[in-house]
Amino acid sequence: MSDPAPFHPLTPGTQPEYDTPSYGSTAKRHPQAALIAVPTTLTEANGPRFSPLHFPALADLSVTAGRPALGERIIVEGRVSDEDGRPVANTMVEIWQANAAGRYDHPGDQHDAPLDPNFHGEGRVFTDAEGRYRFVTIKPGAYPWRNHPNAWRPNHIHFSLFGSGFAQRLITQMYFPGDPLLELDPIYHAIADRAARERLISRFDVALTQPEWALGYRFDIVLRGRGATPMENT
Amino acid sequence: MPAATANQTIGPYWHLIEHAEWADLTRFGANGEVITVTGCVRDGDGAPVADAAIEIWQADPPVDAAFPGFGRARCDAEGRFRFRTLKPGPVAGRGNAWQAPHLALALHARGVLKPLFSRLYFAGDPRNESDPLLSAITDPARRETLLAHEIGAGHWHLDIRLQGAGETVFLTV
Ligand SMILES: [Fe+2]
Repeated sequence: MSDPAPFHPLTPGTQPEYDTPSYGSTAKRHPQAALIAVPTTLTEANGPRFSPLHFPALADLSVTAGRPALGERIIVEGRVSDEDGRPVANTMVEIWQANAAGRYDHPGDQHDAPLDPNFHGEGRVFTDAEGRYRFVTIKPGAYPWRNHPNAWRPNHIHFSLFGSGFAQRLITQMYFPGDPLLELDPIYHAIADRAARERLISRFDVALTQPEWALGYRFDIVLRGRGATPMENT
Repeated sequence: MPAATANQTIGPYWHLIEHAEWADLTRFGANGEVITVTGCVRDGDGAPVADAAIEIWQADPPVDAAFPGFGRARCDAEGRFRFRTLKPGPVAGRGNAWQAPHLALALHARGVLKPLFSRLYFAGDPRNESDPLLSAITDPARRETLLAHEIGAGHWHLDIRLQGAGETVFLTV
């Protein structure tokens, strides 16, 4: 068996550092010893395969049992590709988010903002053959946190992606254009490279917007690539 | 193409995508040697990491309709997690090398801005001696942080320390 093609090393500055003093929770949760580099083996080059039979899609977060959630209805659509430009097909995309008032339907969220009985905030779809995904949801509200005085998280939707190899695992957040909280947010600013940071901001797209129904935001995602010779999935 | 999209923390509210049954990789009827894997995650002060998501991925046995190869579990208030899965066999390494049986681990939590990758090996397995990763870790105390111990029949336990004394070996994959 030939060796799997190695993943490209991550480009310096384009990923956050574990030790980010401006984000207080990293203080006791970042490793202090040097990480050990593992060459790409079958362990990293392969990854989970989720059958849509076992993991049914939750593509519309804006309606619960036929009842619409409160807030601004939006369409979030994008394409998942790898660093070599290839679409990542049939991969699971999970999202979760606060409601329009900035409150998570989560027992740990004690923010004094109302819950919405018609909004839970979990979504899951699989990309199509061209790597495209699409959700209908509600624009999440900003919410306070205790990182520093008067700290507020910018509006965001959490994303989780798998790709085809475990080394491609991605947990990120999608932001919204024009949000004044972005410049004040230490999580967003944990990414040193400005262009890499700004790629987490979705684009308003009038062509994706559906008249008299919902605004459209486009959020394309790039997973790590590993050269020109894709290995067969096993 | 631009570089890979940047990671951001999973935050404290990721349980909206938690489904407790995902921690049981045998739930679709997989056949094999069933094991329980438990652990406890602590931070640099030794305090439990109560909001972490622990993920396991194993390239062996091969994924099929009955075996997803992937599981996700929450840490509870004491930082404890638990999986049920099939005991892996060895996995091809690079060249002619073989890797000892192992689980790949990914840890996500508030205060962790990109996934922390590690591995769980099975203490006492003679194949550990020739495993390329374990062999590359010369400090026995560091190496020990990747070895789960069998604390009951078929029950393997590994503690994870994010920082400080006994800090787990984390990996760049
Ligand atoms: Fe959030």
